[in-house]
This record gives sequence, C-alpha cells and structure tokens, in this order.
Amino acid sequence: MTRPNLRLIETPEVPAARVPAHAGEPAIGIKALTKTYRTRDGDVPTLRPIDLDIADGEFVAVVGPSGCGKSTLLKLIAGLIEPTSGSIEVGGKEVVEPPDDVGIVFQSPVLLAWRSVLANIMMPVEVRKLDYASHLERAKALIKTARLDGFENKYPWQLSGGMQQRAAICRALVHDPKIVLMDEPFGALDALTRERMNLELQRIHFETKKTIVLITHSIPESVFLADRVVVMSDRPGTIEAIYDVPLPRPRSLEVMGTPVFAELAKQVRSHFYAEGGID
Amino acid sequence: MAERAQSGWSTVVRWLDAPWLKPFAMLALMIVLWDVAIWLFNVPPYLIPRPWDVVKAFGTDGPLLLRESIPTTVATLGGFLLSALFGIPIAMLIAGSRTVESYFYPLLVFSQSIPKVAIAPLFVVWFGFGLAPKVITAFLLGFFPVVVAGVQGFKALDTDMRDLARSMKCSRWQMFTMVSLPNALPAIFSGLKVSVTLAVVGAVVGEFVGSNSGIGFVLQRSIGNFELPTMFAALVLLALIGVVLFWIVDIIERFALPWHTSRRHEFVATT
Repeated sequence: MTRPNLRLIETPEVPAARVPAHAGEPAIGIKALTKTYRTRDGDVPTLRPIDLDIADGEFVAVVGPSGCGKSTLLKLIAGLIEPTSGSIEVGGKEVVEPPDDVGIVFQSPVLLAWRSVLANIMMPVEVRKLDYASHLERAKALIKTARLDGFENKYPWQLSGGMQQRAAICRALVHDPKIVLMDEPFGALDALTRERMNLELQRIHFETKKTIVLITHSIPESVFLADRVVVMSDRPGTIEAIYDVPLPRPRSLEVMGTPVFAELAKQVRSHFYAEGGID
Repeated sequence: MAERAQSGWSTVVRWLDAPWLKPFAMLALMIVLWDVAIWLFNVPPYLIPRPWDVVKAFGTDGPLLLRESIPTTVATLGGFLLSALFGIPIAMLIAGSRTVESYFYPLLVFSQSIPKVAIAPLFVVWFGFGLAPKVITAFLLGFFPVVVAGVQGFKALDTDMRDLARSMKCSRWQMFTMVSLPNALPAIFSGLKVSVTLAVVGAVVGEFVGSNSGIGFVLQRSIGNFELPTMFAALVLLALIGVVLFWIVDIIERFALPWHTSRRHEFVATT
C-alpha cells in the first residue's frame, strides 16, 4: 500500500473565506476550557485548553479522531458536565446548569419507548411546563417538515432508524431553542439515509437560522453542512485547525462534486493522515 | 374421497397444533401416564390415588375445597399486594442511592437466606391463628423477587436517556414519573409474576403451621386422615389459584405496557 499524500496544502484555492457575522455577543463563547476526568486509575486529561467563539446562526462542525473529547466538549456546552477549568458562555450567560435555549440530539435517538412519537416530541414542552397548545401546533409543523406525518401516534420502535432520528431532531427543536447541539446524530444510519438527513438538516438550518454545533466522524458531512469545520487533535483534544466553508447556501448534494468542496475535504482529511489516525 | 379425508385430517392436525391446546394435551398425557404407572407398578391407593378418584374427590369435597380456597386466595393476594407496595419503593431507594444500597441490599439478601418456613410458627405465636400470619409469610416470600427485579429495572437507564432528561431540566419527580418508573415497569412486572406464584406458596406455608382454614389446612388434615384423593384435589385447586393469579398479573401487564418488546408481535410493523 502506498501511503496517501501527506503534504499539507497551505492556501486553499477557493474564494475568500466568508467571515461569519460576529455582530455583538457570540451565541457560544468558550474560553480556555479544559476537562480532566478523575478516575480510579488516575486523571484522564480529555480536553486541553480550547478557545472558540460561535456566532449566532452559525453552523459549526467538529471533527476529530475517536476519543478526542468531541463529545465531552458538547456535554460541557450542554451543561451536563462541569469543566475542570475555563468557562463557557451560552447566550452571554455562564453555563452552570443545562441552558434553556439549547436542544440536544444524541447519537442514538433516545426516544422513550412508552411514549408515542408526538408525545416524545412534546416531552420538553411538558417538562418545562410551556404552553401546550401553541407548542402542539409547532410540533405538528415540525412533524410535517420531518415527513413524519401519519406516524404521530406510533411508538418509536414502529419507525425506521432514520425516522426515529428525525423524531429526535423534532424533539430538540420543539421548544424553539436558539442553539442545537448534535452528537454524531447520523452515525448509526446507512449511507443513503445519512445523505438525505444531511440535506434536511441543511434545509432546517437555512430556514430557521439556528446556531448548530455538530459533532461528526464524516468529513464530507462536516464540509457539506458547516460554515466552519473545527478539526480536533488526538486526546487530550484541542483545536488543531479551523476551516471556513465558503460554499453558498442553500446547498444541494451537487456541491459535493465541486472543486472547492473536494479541496476542503482533502485539507480536513490531511490532518488525520498526518497523525496516522486512520492507518 | 381420499383427498377429502386427507384435508379433513389436516384440519384436525392444524387444530391440534393450536398453542392453547398444547399444555392441555400434555396434561392429558401425564394423567394417562399416571394412571398407567399405578396399574403397572401396582401402587397401593394410600400412597398415590388414581386420577379418577381425585376427580371423584372433587365431586364429594368440591364445596369444601372451594370454600377453603377463599382464605388462601385472600392471604395470597394480601401478601402479594404488600410485596408490591413495599417492594417497589424499596427497590427505588436501593437503585437511587448508593448509600441505601450499600447498607441495606446485602442485609436484604442475607435475610432471604433465612428459611421462611422455619420462622412461620413465630408469626403464629405473635399474631394468632387468623389471617395475619398467612399474609406475612406470603409477603415474605413474594417480597424479594419484586425488590430484585425493581432494582434491576430502575438501574437499567442508559446514560443518554439520563443526559436527555437532565438537559430538559427534569425535576426529580418528573424524572421518576416520566422516565425511571416507565423504564423500570417491564422488569417490575416480571418480578410481580414470580412474586404472585411465591405468595401462593407463602400463604399455604402459613396455613400449614397454624391455621384452621384454607387449602393448606385441608392439605394437612387430609394427609393426616390418609384421604389422598382429597389432598390431590386440593393440590390441583392450589395450582389453579396460582395460574389464575399469574394470568391476572399478565393481563394487567398487557394493558399497562402496550409498548413493551414482548407485545411487539401484536402490532403490524411499519417501515
């Protein structure tokens, strides 16, 4: 086997990078954030200091080798675990508990088996005691967008994997959060379903202008969806590079065939080969 | 003609293949074997009665047996309900707190190693010959399976689901009613099914050691008088009580958990 070309391309031959609108406060502000898990076998440093500002309405994809702390980063933003040092601000407020304005999509759909699809989607509304009627309208609209109409009253296991994940995305969006955090949401889906989900997510982002942080293993997925691709290093993870994706929106799958896309994907991929992570 | 006979035969075969018929067919076979064995080995009737004598005993002692089955059923149900009433919250506490678990769970397991049959007379000393000692032995036997199943059920909550609930800022109560309890119910129900059959045993043990009513009492008296057909009839009735109670719990489960994996074949799958 010949090793792939390891040469790093310094300047992308693409149009000038689109500068995200950094107007005012960032939606998510991460400063000198570190995380060290304390276990019985000693400390496991998982994140080296990370600094990252994510603008309102921006779509950021985080790629990195397995176990580099991507999911830890997401859980820190979601307020599910505490940082060891540094700080995270969401909407200008320090994260000390799970922020209200955030919806989360996990790798598995995590739908409650005893609730119908609609009841699952409405769960955040029930838990937060928001106005049921108005959110029901919203849930129904989301169900329609996710092409789940007709399945509202089915149990999750009566749906295919892709439909379950779409329901999970509806649940993350039902209380109209400003920020959506996604932890490898399409990792368990087959390639074709995944592509279709990417298109839908792209459209949802284009239409709703939500701030989205997507953790993914797929380089094409990250480039196709994101405004910025954040590449993380091996554990203890930190940000190795950030690439702006200057592709115009809305994007269609054809964009994957363009030289700009190919070049960016190649650059992102080069990081992994340089580290020998895919050998 | 031959073809027609054959199709008629295949209908009979298919009918005989019905799932509900199989246990009855097996039972019939065992009764026949029982009878044949008595005839073959020439077993005297004061050791094992013939099946037909047991049927006759039902005829003569039927009203008595039915009357005596009421206190046994009441004691069983009482013990079973207490098992559920105490077992589920205790399982919750053990699963919810490491402290409670480390202090109480080993002791609970330890206490289960004490033979309940041996301490049953103690309850007669404490509570007399009434319903109470029977209910208590039924409870002691039925309680443990509920706790073990409940602990397992409450603990089997995956990390993502916990994270999801936390990200929505579920209160403890919401977490319990919306997530933990429904998640634990399938395990709890399997514990309840074991519990209800053990509660029958517990009630009979209670009646053995000190009672003047119930199937256990009939069992003991008929053994004393060498009325073996009556004793066997009482055993059959006891088994029926167990089956019916198990079946009732199963029906309740069916209605409470229409979503559960074990019921999925009853739904038409969609794509």
